[in-house]
Amino acid sequence: MSEMFSMRDVTVCYDNVEAVRNVSLSVEEGQIVTVIGPNGAGKTTLLMAAIGLLASRGRMVFQGDDIGKMSVEDRVERRLCLVPEKRELFSDMSVADNLLLGSYSLRDRSGVQTTLDEVYDRFPRLKERQRQAAGTLSGGERQMLALGRALMAKPKLLMLDEPSLGLAPLIVREIFRTIASLRDLGVSILLVEQNARAALETADYGYVLETGEVVQSGPAKDLIHDPRLITAYLGGH
Amino acid sequence: MTSDIAAILGIDGIATGAVYALVAIGTVLIFTVTRVIFIPFGDIAAFTALTLAALDAKRFPGTGALVVILACLATLIEIISLLRNGELRLLPRALLFYLVLPLAVVGAAWLAMRTDPPLAIRLVLALMLITPIAPLLDRIVFRPIADGSVLLLLTVSVALHYALVGLGLLFFGPEGVRTEPLTSFSTEFAGVLISGQTMLIVIAALVFSGLLYLFFDFTLVGKSLRATAVNRTGSRLMGIRPARAGTIAYLLGSLMAGVSGILIAPVNTVFYDSGFLIGLKAFVGAIVGGMTSYPGAAIGAVGVGILESFASFESSALKDVIVFSLLIPVLIWRSLASLHSEEEIEE
Repeated sequence: MSEMFSMRDVTVCYDNVEAVRNVSLSVEEGQIVTVIGPNGAGKTTLLMAAIGLLASRGRMVFQGDDIGKMSVEDRVERRLCLVPEKRELFSDMSVADNLLLGSYSLRDRSGVQTTLDEVYDRFPRLKERQRQAAGTLSGGERQMLALGRALMAKPKLLMLDEPSLGLAPLIVREIFRTIASLRDLGVSILLVEQNARAALETADYGYVLETGEVVQSGPAKDLIHDPRLITAYLGGH
Repeated sequence: MTSDIAAILGIDGIATGAVYALVAIGTVLIFTVTRVIFIPFGDIAAFTALTLAALDAKRFPGTGALVVILACLATLIEIISLLRNGELRLLPRALLFYLVLPLAVVGAAWLAMRTDPPLAIRLVLALMLITPIAPLLDRIVFRPIADGSVLLLLTVSVALHYALVGLGLLFFGPEGVRTEPLTSFSTEFAGVLISGQTMLIVIAALVFSGLLYLFFDFTLVGKSLRATAVNRTGSRLMGIRPARAGTIAYLLGSLMAGVSGILIAPVNTVFYDSGFLIGLKAFVGAIVGGMTSYPGAAIGAVGVGILESFASFESSALKDVIVFSLLIPVLIWRSLASLHSEEEIEE
């Protein structure tokens, strides 16, 4: 497996406060990597820096290219995609238009209809509601739309910020099943989650972020049995 | 007031309102995509009328020199910005867009003028000369402060309007112009004479509104503009560049302002500073529509036109006072109506 994405000593500041400090991580091709940690640990900040919405110091490499100084749009054109915590859907526009705009960055438009059909196969609910405005969807459907819209860009690395946030347990299971199945399509995934157990069960490798720093990392199957993590994040005793 | 007079005033108001509607739709388009309330829009409309009048008089219009100066300034700023960001690979595209294309337009217009072109060509030339102005001003003035507050952008926009009025005096002179009517056709409907020019204004407003609707609903670029207006961060995550969306909005908007300038020139005498009132009245119409709705802006602008027509009959001196007084109840109503919609801003 070759390295798809890496961060070396990345630091992100809000004004003069370092929200993320000297974080290094990497995602191999076809791998699901998760970053877990408590609220305010800097997980979202890390993804915002990775997509370019926040400025950062350090080195960021995607498929061999240094992307640290690139604009958000240049990163998206290289097929690095983010599904943000707030989803950022186009609420006044239809489900179908939201999905179509997901493919905006693709120069080759010939496969767009096929990808749209694949997304509808994966999320039949979206097909039923394709003419409905995105703002009228339920929480679970919005998350499906946000995921589907990102898939329309044929991402090589998909970054997901708290995909289970605010969703009913049944929907959370469905979302994680979908995430796991994306690996089979060859999509690498960087998953940021507070739901540590579900994230580690799905992921291959995990990082634990606390107050802006990586305090632990390792294969997900090892982390899930780590006594400290069980006490701190996995609801064990 | 007899019903005949009311009908004449109504038709006159609809025609004036249709012109305002074109400018109002352009104002909403630019505001939603870039957050800039583009006050100089009326100036663009007035400059188009002055450009067309100069072309009619077989003079090369001052617009040409204005475009050349703006193109050189925009190119310089773009080159400095590319150098600073280490993006020199984008230089050829920048030169093409900010220098070659505007200069080519001016060159083409200059060459065409030597052949004594017919009216249709002169209309196209006037629109071609006017459309680069707003995108170039965007690059020079608004792009460097694109992340500023709406208030900052508005303040700069007002300043830009005053700068343009000064440039208008320099390039077009103080004389007012009135161009030849585009058609001498007229017809009578229910006892009221309707001029071809009036019908042309209304048809043009309807056609351009319709084209804009098709553009927004059926093309990917149109949808990307709507997406930028609805959710800027979301659209950037799709790879839609706000600066490019802004440029397209300015191009489309100035085209609409240009068309309204051409339509109003045979009806009203247009001076270098006439644009302000056109822009302001269109702005009132856009506010009636909430600054985000195209049909709302169009209906509001037609309403402003009708109100102005009746107001000028009742009291010519107070017509502008009456029209702008409309803003007060509309703003009160708007602020009361939008009290509980703040949470809908996200998602």
